[in-house]
Amino acid sequence: MPKKTYRQAINEALRQEMERDPRVILMGEDVAGGMGSPGEDDAWGGPLGVTKGLMPRFGRERVLDTPITESAFIGAAVGAAVTGLRPVAELMFVDFFGVCFDQIFNQAAKFRYMFGGKARTPLVIRTMYGAGFRAASQHSQCLYSIFTHIPGLKVVLPSNAYEAKGLLIQAIRDDDPVIFFEHKAMYDEEAEVPDEPYTIPFGEANVTREGGDATIIAMGRMVNFANQVADELAKENIGVTVVDIRTTSPLDKETILETAAETGRVVVVDESHPRCSVATDIAALVAQEAFEHLEAPVKMVTAPHAPVPFSPALEDLYIPSPARIRRAVQEVLAFGR
Amino acid sequence: MAEITAVVMPKWGLSMQEGLLAAWYVAEGERVEKGRELCDIETSKIANVLESPASGVVRRILVPAGSTVPVGALLAVLAAPEVEDPAIDAFVAEFRARSAETTVRAGEEPRPRFVEVEGGRIRLLELGTGEPPVLFLHGFGGDLENWMFNQPELACARRTFALDLPGHGGSSKVVSDGSIPGLARAVLAAMDALAIARAHLVGHSLGGAIALAIALDRPERVASLALLAPVGLGPEIAKEYIEGFLAATRARRLRPVLEMLVHDPKLVTAEMVENVLRAKRLDGARSALETIAAACFEGDRQRWQVRARLAELRCPTTIVWGEDDRILPVAHSRDLPGSIAVHRLPGAGHLVHMEKAAEVNALLEDFLGGPGRAATELGIGEATIDPSAAPRVDRDR
Repeated sequence: MPKKTYRQAINEALRQEMERDPRVILMGEDVAGGMGSPGEDDAWGGPLGVTKGLMPRFGRERVLDTPITESAFIGAAVGAAVTGLRPVAELMFVDFFGVCFDQIFNQAAKFRYMFGGKARTPLVIRTMYGAGFRAASQHSQCLYSIFTHIPGLKVVLPSNAYEAKGLLIQAIRDDDPVIFFEHKAMYDEEAEVPDEPYTIPFGEANVTREGGDATIIAMGRMVNFANQVADELAKENIGVTVVDIRTTSPLDKETILETAAETGRVVVVDESHPRCSVATDIAALVAQEAFEHLEAPVKMVTAPHAPVPFSPALEDLYIPSPARIRRAVQEVLAFGR
Repeated sequence: MAEITAVVMPKWGLSMQEGLLAAWYVAEGERVEKGRELCDIETSKIANVLESPASGVVRRILVPAGSTVPVGALLAVLAAPEVEDPAIDAFVAEFRARSAETTVRAGEEPRPRFVEVEGGRIRLLELGTGEPPVLFLHGFGGDLENWMFNQPELACARRTFALDLPGHGGSSKVVSDGSIPGLARAVLAAMDALAIARAHLVGHSLGGAIALAIALDRPERVASLALLAPVGLGPEIAKEYIEGFLAATRARRLRPVLEMLVHDPKLVTAEMVENVLRAKRLDGARSALETIAAACFEGDRQRWQVRARLAELRCPTTIVWGEDDRILPVAHSRDLPGSIAVHRLPGAGHLVHMEKAAEVNALLEDFLGGPGRAATELGIGEATIDPSAAPRVDRDR
């Protein structure tokens, strides 16, 4: 099977869905780039080249470079979706959602409900998140917990290139607004990705490792760190189950509770801040609905309740590391023994 | 000159580059018979036992348990006790020098290709030379990699093709009515596209029924028929398997379904489950499989049955069945025409060709005639299979 990067997998998903369905359009800041400069067309393909090559293939009518006005183009994408197109809008960094959130949470997320199911909003907002890119406090946040909080939005965090392609095609075919989170530190990571189109359903977690001693529940880039820890501990005869929740909304409660109950020792890993987060949500779920199976308090491994630092040394300490995850697993394993 | 035999890391499947030697079952100095279990090999996708390619004494174990080494690496050396130690050392040194030269060819390994047929394309893997070719047809929900333990062995002496049936693997998800005669027409179209006038057909389960359909309707295209737990010889099929296979979208739900295929559930690795899920996620795959299942099976009953027509078969025919088959009862292999040689293998489930690969390969070599060339010459897996050393099986007649 061919190996492709996270970036290539996302580009391929967009290309194949644009070929399949003429209603799929792209819009965002510099998703092509170079407009009006002879010889510079498609100069950018997005800030990290993810959409490169799509404008030459599909034309400027379907790959729209927008002004630097998120409130305008996210609003336009919401309107285009509700009137029959299937836009994929790129919100360059999720950190910028503040200027267009009304269009997302009070418009797109509400249409289906408020119009009695007669309106559909098949919109995808692709956005970059996460620390590790030396991009400082305003370009490094996670923030997916804020979108997860809003009923009517679906929230997706692909953990590798294979997941990215299947989840993005699913997102484009979904009739509800989907916020698709791409970790900017993962674009060059490779995985085996089929050439054919395929879909991964929302709300179905992926158990990436199986072991009987402890359970790690993770999302996005943290899944890879958790897998690494599970592989290390497996060599020491400690079995760790790793659950990639894939989508924070809808949430696969069934798999989380089943795997939590099997080991009774649970660690939740979330790159985001520790308060009102996906980690606290999952910890609360396990505490409420799997309490009788727990052998130890649920542990969370998260970033601190602080902005992402610009200092590289501090930024590296800020991100949950495999070493911290490993310590947390050892702590839940030691509890009560 | 088969005094010294190399035991090498086998190549099981297209993507296998290296394998973990998980455990040795023999020690240096121990005498082993051909077919004896030597060691456990694990990759990210598969775990299986490596059986001894020859009889002899284990003179050297060169890779300790727990090590991961590339495909083709020398794991152990077998030889008669009278072979002198310096000769063994020279063999090891020469083998290693030779493999150091050949590692540069790693990128040239065979890859699947496609042929266009009406309504879509068929993915296939071709290995070996020698006419007429062998055509492997996998079962419901499988793909050409199901033959990973068999095709490289049989390809030592003849041309072989393993193909993905319509709706499966990398083939188009176009299955017309999904019936066995319909799938047989697609396989014949692929044979036409490959200019294969006549082939030995080796079919497993649904693929066995397709092979039977071709042999009954187009006997001139079939040199012989080897059927492994084929559909079509009795009324029953485990509907829990078919329904569970179609319904499962999570690995934890699919695993118990796939474990029904084997006698030893350890053979079902996490990666194997994941690969099946990935194949089912491809656009069109699920509906293609549902169409085939609806056309071929109704609940726990098979719709297409040809037991009454077996006497019409004109080509040499053999049937192999795992005694612990939980999908299609082994009883379907009883009371067949006397011209058909039947082998029932103990300790094997429905995936008999994966679970008892060495036995099935020996039976197929014996049936097809002509001993294979040493697999080690091709750098793929174990060495020669001696038909006379075929395992003891329950031969009906």
